Amino acid sequence: MTKVVCYVELDADGVVDASARALTFARGITTRPTTLAALLPSPPTAEALGQLQSFGVSDVAVLEHDGISGYSPTALSRCLDAMSGEEDTLAVVAAATDHGNEVLAHLAATTGRDFVAVCTAAREEDGGGFSLTRHRWGGSLLEDSVLRAPRAIFSVSTDAVPPVPAPAATAPTTRTIRPELSAQELALQAAESRPESSGVALASAKVVVSGGRGVGGPEGFAVIEELAALLGGAVGVSRVVTSLGWRPHREQVGQTGTKVTPDLYLACGISGAIQHLAGCQSAKQMVAINTDPDAPIMARADYAVIGDVSEVLPALVAALGERRSRGRGE
Amino acid sequence: MDVLVCVKRVPMVGGRIALQPDQRHIDTTLLGFTVSPHEECAVEEAVQVTEAHGGEVTVLTLGPPEAAEQLRAAVSVGAASAVLLPTEEEGLGPIATARAITSAVTRLERERSRVFDLVMFGNEAADTGDYQVGIRVAHALGRAVATGVKQLEVTAGEAVARREYRGAEELFRLPLPAVVTVKEGINLPRYPSLPGRMRAKKATIVTFVPETPDEAVEMRTLRVPTSERRSAEVLGHGKEAVPALVSLLEKMGVVS
Ligand SMILES: Cc1cc2nc3c(=O)[nH]c(=O)nc-3n(C[C@H](O)[C@H](O)[C@H](O)COP(=O)(O)OP(=O)(O)OC[C@H]3O[C@@H](n4cnc5c(N)ncnc54)[C@H](O)[C@@H]3O)c2cc1C
Repeated sequence: MTKVVCYVELDADGVVDASARALTFARGITTRPTTLAALLPSPPTAEALGQLQSFGVSDVAVLEHDGISGYSPTALSRCLDAMSGEEDTLAVVAAATDHGNEVLAHLAATTGRDFVAVCTAAREEDGGGFSLTRHRWGGSLLEDSVLRAPRAIFSVSTDAVPPVPAPAATAPTTRTIRPELSAQELALQAAESRPESSGVALASAKVVVSGGRGVGGPEGFAVIEELAALLGGAVGVSRVVTSLGWRPHREQVGQTGTKVTPDLYLACGISGAIQHLAGCQSAKQMVAINTDPDAPIMARADYAVIGDVSEVLPALVAALGERRSRGRGE
Repeated sequence: MDVLVCVKRVPMVGGRIALQPDQRHIDTTLLGFTVSPHEECAVEEAVQVTEAHGGEVTVLTLGPPEAAEQLRAAVSVGAASAVLLPTEEEGLGPIATARAITSAVTRLERERSRVFDLVMFGNEAADTGDYQVGIRVAHALGRAVATGVKQLEVTAGEAVARREYRGAEELFRLPLPAVVTVKEGINLPRYPSLPGRMRAKKATIVTFVPETPDEAVEMRTLRVPTSERRSAEVLGHGKEAVPALVSLLEKMGVVS
């Protein structure tokens, strides 16, 4: 029996969506019978354990160390090393999140193994090794490659597969792992704090109203904010807008900003550069407002209004406001 | 406080990516080149650290001889010296890249008989996005590393690095010397001054040829994803389109 080891992230609701996808992906990389082992950063709730079982995990290992209280990429990587040391390990995977990529890179660096980041497909070849597809340019380009190395390490793109429960599942065994850590490894752990958040979080917003250079200046964002509020959404921006200092970088959507997955993405005065689209291509519906009918965004949007944002947006906000007060009056 | 910053030359692709007929390289005939925004910010952060604490910034790149352009750009905004590790083969993998950079760091530190207090990278390169070179170099040098850093404070002997993950702030304390990879947003990079541009033009670029080991990952082809191409349905022009837009939003269920 071969083994695939997966680093699984948890939050208050149990296994995070990206990790559920990574587990689904892990089950599909070989046709050989495989056991699926999960490493957790902290003890699971009963609910999380149930989720792990349903995604086909049979071996649950939990990091435990007196000196570790926060996220520690080095400690987690030591655990993965201990879990994947034997010959029967086929691969070590994690979701291609900031944490997943970081933990796997530490594992690769300390073991001298290859690490292929942000894969959308991986298949074990008959003669050994893997054929892989991975993201370049934040997903605007795909790379097909082969990896000829034992105990492959790869991170799984969050859009590679939907999370699908395993056909058959048995209750997993649970154990703890206490890694041996050097003073330096022990020192590398995060002190975490949760700032008071205000408004709708961009990464998880159902509606994102985004403005680009075509908005014209910082003042132009008042109407974008108003529209976002009317639609219960968050404000997004392009890189031009943050480099010009019109809006803060935390609002930037794209390859070097935030990746968003809303039901509706409204792109106002945004040309649709590939690096911008890399952050919003998973939107269910995209509407573009742009003066240029040939802007690249038109090849990605579902609907378009050809026009000046400074004309269309105030009219739209007025219409929605009117509609709302009419609704109240009735 | 001496800082080494590592940057990578990449084509400035815009609305779409065109590939060469071999399906292995981007067609760059009509494109300019730049570094990733993360690395632009790494250069700016390094310059700010040395402005606050003294010392010098060295910028390093592994790439074709033309990457001297990106080194000069870094000099124009404040780097004091520049190092080029020329490679003939475009697209060295992350293991080879990390090994070449590590041996360059060791060599530079030996020549200067002083270590770099900080070695900085972008969190991931814009093109290959391997998410590992900085971490590999840190382990090879035996130094602590924080990645994806959005705020950096340096004091005597320590760097405090902050970043955000899933709505929480994470703070790492790193003893110096250390390795830090940064993300765009940590600062707003400055534009080059006129004296900066002059300095960049005259700057000498130190060159040494790196050793490059074989890789177990072999790229076969590149593909532009095609599935998402569509043609937008035009709802109308200007203000006249607003009623159609409102009914669309109603249909989508995003207005109550
Ligand atoms: C490595 C790398 C990473 C990058 N990462 C990101 C990233 O994360 N996010 C990102 O956004 N960009 C990123 N970029 C930059 C990207 O390539 C583009 O430069 C940027 O997205 C363009 O922003 P924009 O669409 O606002 O501006 P422009 O490209 O200038 O487009 C403005 C658009 O507005 C339209 N317009 C103008 N006036 C009006 C008006 N009055 N009404 C309506 N429409 C109008 C124009 O027709 C045009 O289509 C990156 C670039 C590189 C090289």
